[in-house]
This record gives sequence, structure tokens and C-alpha cells, in this order.
Amino acid sequence: MAALEIHNVRKEFGSERVLKDVSISIDSGEFLILVGPSGCGKSTLMNAIAGLEPVTSGNIYIDGEDVTWRTPADRDIAMVFQSYALYPSMTVRQNISFGLEMRKVPKAEREAAVERVADLLQITHLLERKPAQLSGGQRQRVAMGRALAREPKVYLFDEPLSNLDAKLRVDMRTEIKKLHQRLGTTIVYVTHDQVEAMTLADCIAVMRDGHILQLGSPDEVYNNPVDMFVAGFMGSPSMNFIRATLEDDNGGYQLRIATPGEDELVLPWPEERIAPDMAERLNQPVILGLRPEHFSEEDERLTSQAEGTLLSASVAVVEPTGADILLRLPLGEQEVTARVGPKCAVVAGERLSLRVDMGRAILFDAETEQRIA
Amino acid sequence: MANVIRRQTPAARLGRGLLYGVLILAALFYILPLVVMLMTSVKPLSEISAGSLLSFPQNPTFAPWTKAWGEACTGMRCDGVGGYFWNSFAIVIPAVLISTTIGALNGYALTKWRFKGSELVFALMLFGCFIPFQVVLLPMAQTLGWLGISSSRAGLILVHVVFGIAFTTLFFRNFYVGIPNELVSAAKLDGAGFFRIFWRILLPVSAPIIVVSVIWQFTQIWNDFLFGVAFSAHNTQPVTVALNNLVNTSTGVREYNVDMAAAMIAALPTLVVYVLAGKYFVRGLTAGSVKG
Repeated sequence: MAALEIHNVRKEFGSERVLKDVSISIDSGEFLILVGPSGCGKSTLMNAIAGLEPVTSGNIYIDGEDVTWRTPADRDIAMVFQSYALYPSMTVRQNISFGLEMRKVPKAEREAAVERVADLLQITHLLERKPAQLSGGQRQRVAMGRALAREPKVYLFDEPLSNLDAKLRVDMRTEIKKLHQRLGTTIVYVTHDQVEAMTLADCIAVMRDGHILQLGSPDEVYNNPVDMFVAGFMGSPSMNFIRATLEDDNGGYQLRIATPGEDELVLPWPEERIAPDMAERLNQPVILGLRPEHFSEEDERLTSQAEGTLLSASVAVVEPTGADILLRLPLGEQEVTARVGPKCAVVAGERLSLRVDMGRAILFDAETEQRIA
Repeated sequence: MANVIRRQTPAARLGRGLLYGVLILAALFYILPLVVMLMTSVKPLSEISAGSLLSFPQNPTFAPWTKAWGEACTGMRCDGVGGYFWNSFAIVIPAVLISTTIGALNGYALTKWRFKGSELVFALMLFGCFIPFQVVLLPMAQTLGWLGISSSRAGLILVHVVFGIAFTTLFFRNFYVGIPNELVSAAKLDGAGFFRIFWRILLPVSAPIIVVSVIWQFTQIWNDFLFGVAFSAHNTQPVTVALNNLVNTSTGVREYNVDMAAAMIAALPTLVVYVLAGKYFVRGLTAGSVKG
């Protein structure tokens, strides 16, 4: 049975429609991430699941029970807030046990739960402190501890890591993942950070303007995005979008990229990736989507396709990141980013031969921005 | 001034000296009435009629104070302002507590449990802060009559509570607006209800604004004269009304020293409250405006 099911949920503030027919279903133990730019409705959806805001229409089921009109307390959920929302007048111990106290759990059990959670999160030495005496990372742990003290059906995480510094964020991300693997809890997690989404989720829901654009595994969302928005949102540096024209190539297809003042650039479209509706788009403008890692240096072997397609371009900017090097190079009318190995000795201004892994390229409609192939 | 970096030239020192001189003069000027009152209240009557207002008392005496407290005539009766002093307390304390409590609950409900029209309700309450007391004298007298509590302490308490709520609501509303809503959301998820959240989460962090509300209400109600004179009987008059009666009751020589002593007695509680808690008052008023 689905641990959480959201069925055609709509939310309107006055005439503004914040959620437009959202439906999601996740199984027990799944880690669902709602990701999208600010204002996409992900926090509103989270609040609707928590019961902090009523929905305009639709239903929410937790463990098969319709909780649409139940109070937050009666939904058997726990939530970690972006600001942590620790009760400032209470000690860490009281913060963690407050929810249990409200649910009339006997004192001995409460103490045991606090010990268990403190042990799990390694905050035993902080139990008698007040939130004001804690660092950001410690507060974050306490906020998680407060949620973990009870054993609710669903955990909600509302951008829990966004107030931490970069290093701590990565550490806590790993820790959340470990916790999830260990406890097997059902988690709904809101973030605008696509790296968090990719690393943590079993299932990602990419949202925009109150819609769910795509719901799928991190691999699906990354490698098979449904449209240009999802493709551009997931991945950093983001996918390159190159304007091209779809042409006939002896029964197959090829992409012509306009390169004013230079040699024409033609990329053949791999046969095995031909989609049925490509035929009707012949000689029409399309958008070619290539991720930075779909480029590689000429002498490096490609994994998925033995050869790849060669192209040559002059390098505009070289950005070494340590682990690899990002190159910015003009390709047709736009500049693209390519990710090459750290050993690449190219300097700005030089011409470089690159292989393009067309087997992983994605084709979008230039008008609707929907995926073609 | 440690955070001002400036070379200590003679001109700068002179400027600074002048600045302090002006400030000290201004401070003296402001404290002068209080000093004159205090000096006059411990002078025998003969010294007052002979000497100047600013001369120091030659033979200080507390007789005017004891007379003002227990013997001076306020209208027909001559038992001082002492009884009325306690009257004032009996009115002020419940009125302050009730209006602060209601104001806190109002502020909490208006910020953390928003409902349709809550902004309008707040706007109307705010309007209550600007209603002149005189406007409501007659309707209030009628209301107290209907309720059967005219001329009683309960009636005066009610009047002060009704008027105080506008201000206390404003204080608490503006304070609670600065407290993150997520705290309340978290408590709701934890299973706490309306009063439990108020009592366990918000009230423990409200000390600064409670101090502001209590001091404000205490000063307002203690110093009130109009409602006191309009809605009280002989035995329920607050000290401000008694003071007025004492000063206006002239039989023979005007006893300025007794008048001054009575005025000091009437002003003492608010002075004490302000001196003891003034620091928290300022802190509470600015709480939230500056993060620190």
C-alpha cells in the first residue's frame, strides 16, 4: 500500500493557483524529493501534506487513510523545518520529548526515546543546552532528533540543509542518507538544490508553476528528462542547449548547427535513437541538449559509443575545478560547456578536437520545449 | 564613545566638554520640578512662606508626609490619601493583569492563528488606541449602570481593561509577528493545541513585551484621573482623585508642603516601577527591531 498518496490536489490563494492538479504516490520506505525553483509550489505541497494549509480540492492519503481534513497532529507525521523551529525556551532534551509529551507518552518511555535519538545523532552531550547555545549544525541535528523521537508514518523535510555551510551540508546529506538506509523511513524532502535531489532520492518530483513536470528515479530524471526545463534544472553545470536544424541524411537524420563565418557543423543522429515523430520535423529548428560530460577529448575512449562524433572548436575559457576541467567554447551561435579530464592541457584561444557522445544527446522541440527524442 | 575614532585635539576636548555641559544643564532642568517638590515636601510651612522655592530645607521634617498620608482633608473627610493609595492598587493590579493577559492572547491569535478578517480586527483594535476618553464617558456610565457596577472598583477595573486591551493587543501583536510561524507549525505537528502552544512555546519568550505591557498599563491606569473621578464613589476613589481633592480643599492657610508630599506619594509607585524596570521597558520596546 502507498505510504503517501496525493490525489489531484489543488491549492488556490484567491485567484492565484499555486498547485494545479498534483498527484503523487510513494511506497513505504521511499525517499521522495520535491525539487524546483522558488515559487514552484513545492513548499505549499509540503504544507498541504503536513496539514498546515488546507487544500482547495483533492485528497491526501497517508497509509491508506484519507487525512485531507485532519489536523497536523492527527496525521502521524513529523517535520524538519528549514529554520529548524526549535522551541527557544526549552532545552534540547525538552525539545525532543515535547511531541511525545503532547501525545501522553509515559515519562520513562520519553526518556528512552530521547536517549535513543541522541545516541543516533550523537547529540547526547548537548541534551541540557538551549537552542541558542548550539551551532547551526547542532541545531540541525536537534531538529532531526525532534522528528525522529516519534515514529511517524511519514517524515517531512523542508529544505533542512539550506542554512548550513557548504561542507556541513555535504556531511549532513550523507548522514541523512545513512539514516534513511538504516531506519527505512518514508521521507518527503523539499529542496531547490538539484545535487541534494540527485544524491538522496529514490524518486524525484521536478516541479514548476504548481505542476509536477516529471516524477521518476534520479537516473530517469537526469538522463531522460521530459522537457528542457527538467533537463536544464538537473545537473551542474547545466545541460547545453544548442539550436540546430533537423535534416535528412540518406534515410537517417542529422543536425545542422549554424556556424556563421566558419565551416558548417553537422552531427549525425544515431540510428537506434530515432523517434517516430522526428519525420514531421524535418528541416525545422530543434534544440539539441548535450550535457557537459557528453563531450570528451579526442583521444579518450567513450564508454557508451565507441567513436562518437568529432568536432573542433576554439576554447574561450578554461575553468579547472580540480577534479576535472570545464571548458567554455563557442558552438554555432551559443557557448557551450564541456567537461574534460584534469590532464587536458588546453589553454584559452587554442582549437580543440572534441568527441560528442550523440548516443546520450537529447532532442527538444524548439517551440514547446518538449522532448522529441 | 570607545567606538568613535578621533584624535584628541584640544579643540575636540573643548567641543566635547561643551556638549556634556549642555546635556547636564538640560538634565538638571528636567529634574528641577521633582527636586522642588521633594524639598518643599520636607520643609515646615514657615520656611515655605519665608524662603524661596529653591532654598534648601533648614529644618527637614516628615510631618507633611505623615499628614498627607493619614490626616489631610480630602473634601469632607480628613483621613489623608493613604486609603486611596491602596484603592489605586486594588484597581490597578487586577486591571493590569487582566488587560495584559487578554492583550497577549489577542496578539497570539491575531498573528499565529490568522483568520479571515483578522487584519480588520487588528485595525479596529488599533483604532481603539486613538479614541479620546471623554467620548466614551457617557456611554460607559450607562453600561456600568446596566451591569450594576457603577461607582465600584469592579466598574473601574472593567473600564481600564477595555481601554487597555487596545494597547496591550498592539504590543503583543507586534512582538509575536516577529516570532517565526514555523515554531507554531512545529508545535502543531507535535500535537499541541491553541492554549498549549501559547503557554509552552510563546509565553516563555514573551518576557520583554510582558514588561512593556505591565509598565505601560500600570502607569496609564495609576495616573488616570478622568475615569477615576467619573466612575468612582467616596470609598473607591483612586489616589489621583484624592490628591486633587486634597489640593482643592482649602481651609485657611494653603499647606504646600502637604500638597507636595501627597503628590509625591501619588507619583511614587510609577516612579519605582520605572526605575526598577525601565531598563527592560526600553529593551522590550526595541526587541525584535535589532537582531542581536
